[in-house]
Amino acid sequence: MKILVAVKRVVDYNVKVRVNADNSGIDLANTKMSINPFCEIAVEEALRLKEKGLADEVIVVSIGSRKCEEQLRYAMALGADRGILLETDSTPSSLYCAKLLSKMVEKENPGLIILGKQSIDSDNNQTGQILAGLCGIAQGTFASELTIEGGQAIVTREVDSGLQTLSLTLPAVITTDLRLNEPRYAKLPQIMKAKKKPLETLSAETLVAPFAPQVTTQRVDAPTQRKAGSKVANVEELINKLKNEAKVIS
Amino acid sequence: MNILVIAEHNNQQLSSATYNTITAALQLGSTDIHLLVAGHECAPVAQQAVKINGVSTVLVADFSAYQHFLAENIAPLIRDIAQTHYSHILAPASTNGKDVLPRAAALLDIEPISEITSIISANTFTRPIYAGNAIATVTTNAPIIAMTVRGTAFDSALTSEENVATIETISIQHDKQLSSFVNEALSLADRPDLGSAKVVISGGRGMQNGENFALLEKIADKLDAAIGASRAAVDAGYVANDLQVGQTGKIVAPDLYIAVGISGAIQHLAGMKDSKIIVAINKDEEAPIFQIADYGLVGDLFEILPEIEQRL
Ligand SMILES: Cc1cc2nc3c(=O)[nH]c(=O)nc-3n(C[C@H](O)[C@H](O)[C@H](O)COP(=O)(O)OP(=O)(O)OC[C@H]3O[C@@H](n4cnc5c(N)ncnc54)[C@H](O)[C@@H]3O)c2cc1C
Ligand SMILES: Nc1ncnc2c1ncn2[C@@H]1O[C@H](COP(=O)(O)O)[C@@H](O)[C@H]1O
Repeated sequence: MKILVAVKRVVDYNVKVRVNADNSGIDLANTKMSINPFCEIAVEEALRLKEKGLADEVIVVSIGSRKCEEQLRYAMALGADRGILLETDSTPSSLYCAKLLSKMVEKENPGLIILGKQSIDSDNNQTGQILAGLCGIAQGTFASELTIEGGQAIVTREVDSGLQTLSLTLPAVITTDLRLNEPRYAKLPQIMKAKKKPLETLSAETLVAPFAPQVTTQRVDAPTQRKAGSKVANVEELINKLKNEAKVIS
Repeated sequence: MNILVIAEHNNQQLSSATYNTITAALQLGSTDIHLLVAGHECAPVAQQAVKINGVSTVLVADFSAYQHFLAENIAPLIRDIAQTHYSHILAPASTNGKDVLPRAAALLDIEPISEITSIISANTFTRPIYAGNAIATVTTNAPIIAMTVRGTAFDSALTSEENVATIETISIQHDKQLSSFVNEALSLADRPDLGSAKVVISGGRGMQNGENFALLEKIADKLDAAIGASRAAVDAGYVANDLQVGQTGKIVAPDLYIAVGISGAIQHLAGMKDSKIIVAINKDEEAPIFQIADYGLVGDLFEILPEIEQRL
């Protein structure tokens, strides 16, 4: 079984982002970029399935500019077998990404497709679900546990009310939640070795004819700042203020 | 303008987020809001739904394969209904809504919009990005606008004593047999719901273990509060996953949020910084949580919590 993993290049989660001067987006100049943390968890899960003998190849795909090669190389340093860059200079919509990924699913015929549950930049949480819908296959979103048994994926999902376990027919799309695993780190020799692993670049536009995005960003604003608060000296003062100043307890 | 709202429920009871989503639908200017109750043996839910002000029709799709709200079966149902005559499809930005709505959008070949927090016009909305560090204003020209709605950003719709809506039975049945329900481990709901509680008290890594959450529970009992947690506390196994507040957990905006032993990482703040009043209790006076706290108390939580409980 092949596993296809979608990895996205995003601003590193430690960076405090700022809205740019003309309110068109985020100031990304000289910002540290990384693999989306949920995608890192997706890569890790695929590698573990391979190490258990449940998969024989892990393919990582990224959609975006040539710079996404860095994230693909990183995923290969962790252990992915090969990478595919679907190159585009535009910012691809979720629907376009999902259509591109569905072409990859057609071409590579994976048993599992693993995505992050959410990009930490756009905070969309939708690409995996759209992909599963386009392919007409099962989806296991927000996964915190995954096993493969008798041709089915058994997936435990983190849902608002607790945990839910589903059994999915393969091929299926899985989207990862934080507690699915703890990703490994890449070691130097692996980083060197990854440079020799195959990385194919395809033109996104050739694969799926681009279409005008339906959803466009008009502007981006900084959120309203909370006014600076104050420190209280002790519990007595705290309770007094909550009762008489803020009036949130009685 | 006809709007389809996807009800969230457990076949017995509507979720509170459904009521917030209906308010969003009303703000779109619609007078014809249809609420889809898809489930199995979900008549009690339909009975609650017909009493919500603003809803004109409750569409009931009662079918065994809809019992667990599996996306593979519910998405084609939504597609079939939405194709007829709807301008918008709205669902709560809950794990259910986020699971199903984008899949339904895919079947309609439209780009969905995730977790809107305000409505500027019928096709223009705001939504937080980058863990709430920026607010995007987005416009869509999709033929049907499909979106999920952040519950804390909209008031709860009001209800009437009398039935205000009519019930219509939907006989469309999809059973794709791609997925099946195995089991679930639900958290015991002996406290107010995190998403709608007036007071939330959350613990972080500083709590040290799960047993110590009893210190928070005693206070929560007195304040009728919900309990929350940081990711670190959930990852360490102190409490269940459904208590995680943050960018990738639950979003809360209570009147009072008390953060105990939580440092205040941006991912945590994303889930609670719209709370009316924020209290932070932390032994590190430099902790970033103090930058957004209305009232900060520096000290050892193991001394402070029992004293709060005593003084309430
Ligand atoms: C992709 C991604 C998504 C994430 N999503 C979320 C999310 O949704 N929600 C979330 O919360 N986090 C999330 N995080 C994690 C986040 O970055 C932080 O790691 C996390 O919030 C830290 O939790 P904490 O504040 O409990 O722990 P810490 O940062 O370790 O802070 C513990 C605090 O407790 C204080 N303390 C210790 N002992 C005491 C004592 N005796 N008395 C008083 N104070 C004490 C310390 O001074 C410290 O400030 C995410 C991270 C990533 C990468
Ligand atoms: N440009 C992209 N390239 C590769 N994968 C992507 C891209 N955009 C989204 N994804 C995948 O979809 C997941 C969810 O993203 P989103 O729906 O944008 O929150 C990510 O974690 C990735 O696995």
